[in-house]
Amino acid sequence: MQARRIIVIGAGHNGLTCAAYLARGGYDVVVVEASDHVGGAADTREFADGFRVSGCAHYVYQLNQQVVQELGLQQHGLEYSARDLSTIALSPGEQRVTIGPGGLSGPVTERDRSGHQEFTRLTERFAGLLSRYLNQAPPRLANGTRKDRLTLARLGWDIRRLGRDDMRELLRVGAINIYDVLNEFFDSDLVKGAISLDAVLGTHMGPRSPNSVLTYLYRLAGNGVPRPGALALPRGGMGGIAAALERAARAAGVEIRSGTAVGRITVSHDRVSGVELTDGERLEAGLVVSSADPRTTVLSLLGARHCETGFVRRIHNLRCRGNAAKLHLALDGPPDFPGVGAPDLRHRLIFAPDMDYAERAFNPAKYGEYSTEPVMEIALPSMSDPSLAPEGKHVLSAIVQYAPYQLKAGWDDGQKQAFLDVALATLATVAPGIRDQIVAGELLTPADIEARYRISGGHWHHGELSLDQFMFVRPVPGATQYALPVDGLFLCGAGAHPGGGITGTPGRIAAQVIVEGGAA
Amino acid sequence: MNSYDAIVIGAGHNGLTNAAFLAKAGLKVVVLEKNDYIGGAAVSRELHKDWIYSNCSYVCSLLRPEIFQALDLARHGLQVTPYGGSVTFMRNGDYLGSYWDHEVAHREMARHSRHDADAYQRFAAETMRQTRFIRDFLLRTPPDPTSFRYRDIKELLAIGRRVLEMDEEAIYDTLRFWTMSIGDYLDEFFECDVIKASLAGSGIIGTALGPYSPGSAYVLLHHYMGEVDGNIGAWGFARGGMGGVSNAIASALQAFGGEIRKEAEVQQIIVRNGKAAGVALASGEEVSAPIVVSNLDVRRTFLNVMDEKDLDSRFLERVRNFHIRGSSGKLNIALDGLPTFPALPKGSSLMHSDMHFIDSLERIERAYDDWKNKTWSRDPYVDMLIPTLTDPTMAPPGKHFMSCFVQYCPPELDTGEWTDQDRDAFGKTVIDQISEYSPDFKDLILHVEIRTPRELEQEIGLTEGNIFQGELTMDQLMFNRPIPGFAQYRAPVKGLYMCSSSTHPGGGVMAAPGANAAREILADLKRPNTVPENFGDD
Repeated sequence: MQARRIIVIGAGHNGLTCAAYLARGGYDVVVVEASDHVGGAADTREFADGFRVSGCAHYVYQLNQQVVQELGLQQHGLEYSARDLSTIALSPGEQRVTIGPGGLSGPVTERDRSGHQEFTRLTERFAGLLSRYLNQAPPRLANGTRKDRLTLARLGWDIRRLGRDDMRELLRVGAINIYDVLNEFFDSDLVKGAISLDAVLGTHMGPRSPNSVLTYLYRLAGNGVPRPGALALPRGGMGGIAAALERAARAAGVEIRSGTAVGRITVSHDRVSGVELTDGERLEAGLVVSSADPRTTVLSLLGARHCETGFVRRIHNLRCRGNAAKLHLALDGPPDFPGVGAPDLRHRLIFAPDMDYAERAFNPAKYGEYSTEPVMEIALPSMSDPSLAPEGKHVLSAIVQYAPYQLKAGWDDGQKQAFLDVALATLATVAPGIRDQIVAGELLTPADIEARYRISGGHWHHGELSLDQFMFVRPVPGATQYALPVDGLFLCGAGAHPGGGITGTPGRIAAQVIVEGGAA
Repeated sequence: MNSYDAIVIGAGHNGLTNAAFLAKAGLKVVVLEKNDYIGGAAVSRELHKDWIYSNCSYVCSLLRPEIFQALDLARHGLQVTPYGGSVTFMRNGDYLGSYWDHEVAHREMARHSRHDADAYQRFAAETMRQTRFIRDFLLRTPPDPTSFRYRDIKELLAIGRRVLEMDEEAIYDTLRFWTMSIGDYLDEFFECDVIKASLAGSGIIGTALGPYSPGSAYVLLHHYMGEVDGNIGAWGFARGGMGGVSNAIASALQAFGGEIRKEAEVQQIIVRNGKAAGVALASGEEVSAPIVVSNLDVRRTFLNVMDEKDLDSRFLERVRNFHIRGSSGKLNIALDGLPTFPALPKGSSLMHSDMHFIDSLERIERAYDDWKNKTWSRDPYVDMLIPTLTDPTMAPPGKHFMSCFVQYCPPELDTGEWTDQDRDAFGKTVIDQISEYSPDFKDLILHVEIRTPRELEQEIGLTEGNIFQGELTMDQLMFNRPIPGFAQYRAPVKGLYMCSSSTHPGGGVMAAPGANAAREILADLKRPNTVPENFGDD
């Protein structure tokens, strides 16, 4: 009787997406969520009276358009307060360059302009190719099914179809660093700094780290609309997306139990039998799908004893230590960023004045220290969505890098305060008056993100996004096709292929794998 | 006017190897060398009276045994004496030794970490598997994956089969290995700082990467894939210094009737009607041949000794974007006697081995940060050896020659070009670091030759002093090396070929690029092949 019943652990956006697809595939689905609201890291939180921000991720640029259409998210209330935003690169002086859908504007050279066109053409082409393979389960490289072999053959064919020049370029730049590639295309330090930040945001990499071109392509590959990587802000913050997904899931028949934490995944006769909640209640099910990160799923919820040592070691070695901190400020008026006109404040602001600056910001993270001169991605969501702050007031949401999860000194109150001071001092170099406008604020370190969102290491990709943890080997060999080594247990979160970001893709593919496999 | 079947530019070990195989096939070959000595970076020089320095490359391992046999180098006087082990000195006064004897090695490692001593078995097995895999491709020309020619497709399929011979898990491990950092790789096996530091050196030597830069695990292979007397991964000293390697290859070349001309600097490669026609020397003399093979790195070949108009602009752009990054320096020291290292037990065999003075990955990574900031490492990674303990012919009796390879050393400083003062300060940094572990070392120094990327470039033409003539990163390996579409040793001008370490499989005194290029030339000339080609068999 429980055979068609599936328990999904976690009501993050991937958990909800997966649940909705599974319910539409004919399963009886219960989502169990530990916190009292849905969304996971896609949430909106009120951090001060009347001031609300997206608690973790704050821009949408990769949301899977098939998920939007197939689940009817727009009918379920998904709206954007701003779309197709530009990026404004800030310098400590008043120099500004805008990188927008129409190209570059500001003090740039002719080589920058033509370089930007060619760079955009090339990266969008590669990202387009990549996105096809990010949107399906990665094929096995050996011992696979006929379908796996066909997918591999098609991948080879698609790469060949790029034509000789572009194919060579893909094979060349695929595994190198964004630093060298940007130097080949651009002169402007500001442009290079800002684009390089896109490649390393949310990772343990600096612009000079090899593989950072891949993360840039990944960012573009999430088939955003109207074009790859187009930036948008959801109305009401990221919680708006979670709310639409929740409605879509409920409409499909999913039951959502929030405020219910899973204590462990139960196994009987080498097969999952359900979950046991922290209050001792047992829920039985034929299948369990976890949107928790792989480390939490395997080591905390399942228990290492149910897997082979080699597999457990791989999970143990999965690199998933976050480096991004989140800064939220409540401002008693519109902020002033000299050189950026008031209407332009709705755009995305980047502080990474050159690539060497960004690289230097990264250096301390390697040694368990935070950047004393960090890079920042700044959003002022209340500029386009006044509902997020009391009238006339504003919120600022920023990703501040690098703040390593494993701070040598430990993330105690003193260290947090010190890093907050660093972040505010950096912010003040581009918005000198901002300190006087702050009425409330909070800083979330990766350790706070781990505690609040139950993500191991506070890493928003649930596992570093790097070639050695990508595609055929994500999250680890032995779990690359969503199924874990215990029968009936699957992954559907950002730790699985293709990775993190607000995409819904891992949830969607995991559901497809389960439904197509007829697993039950 | 002098006329030949083939001209090889540069008498480094690859140029000599290339010429030797061409001569063996019956071609009339000349090697043109700008210096008054041969060998390039595989050279022995008497720079202090009665001392012979291997003043660039300093140990021998990678030289392919197939080439050793095909050119009969033993008969031409090459003798390689194996040595084993390494030692890493620690700041706390202790040291970590590594030994050929597995039992001893295990016991020594267990003294630092029981866990790591046990994990070493797994590490060695896994690394050896990767080494065996890469060795298969060293003496083969990489296929062009964009081509539909029979030969390329056949070779791609052969590689595919080679991959599928591994089991599925091994394929995934290989994929990870090629893309991850040596630091992350070691972290998966080991917990002890000094053990990781002692193993990480091979992942960074010669490259402008830190131990935590992705891709550095692959570099490890470039130091593990060699062998001495059939012992994979073994290292040895060429008797009489590294010049012994070049001299033996040169002797083989001459035995096949080839010529070597010293002090014959090539100024220009002459192209007529779209074909290579010969070279013009700095002296004004012209030497003609329908085949010209350049053992200069690709940047020098196409940007320094060729006319831009003979090349396509897109190709030139790719040449300019080819990354050759200087990252290392060298100190060659004449010693009045043997320095003592109080941390080591008296008479320790480790005196014969590689010595290192940096005991954690963090220290190595910070040394790399200095390089990024355009200064030499204040706390460098030094690979130090005293070859005269193994080969006493290099110094007078009782005296010693010490070779210190130093990483990192940038090609240009934040203050601008290197000056002599900078060079001396760099040397002092290294000497001071060694002195911390050997109090009597400084007093024994009779002469020091300090080599920064500036000296390496000026003397032997290694651009930026890069010992591999081009970074060993994924964008410059296999079919991407040196430039996508030109990985099969042919330059875009008919009759012009490349045989330097800029080409597959890359640097190290391996001689494989020179040999592979010769095979391609002979194929184009429809001559019988004289060059070994095989998937390495173990």
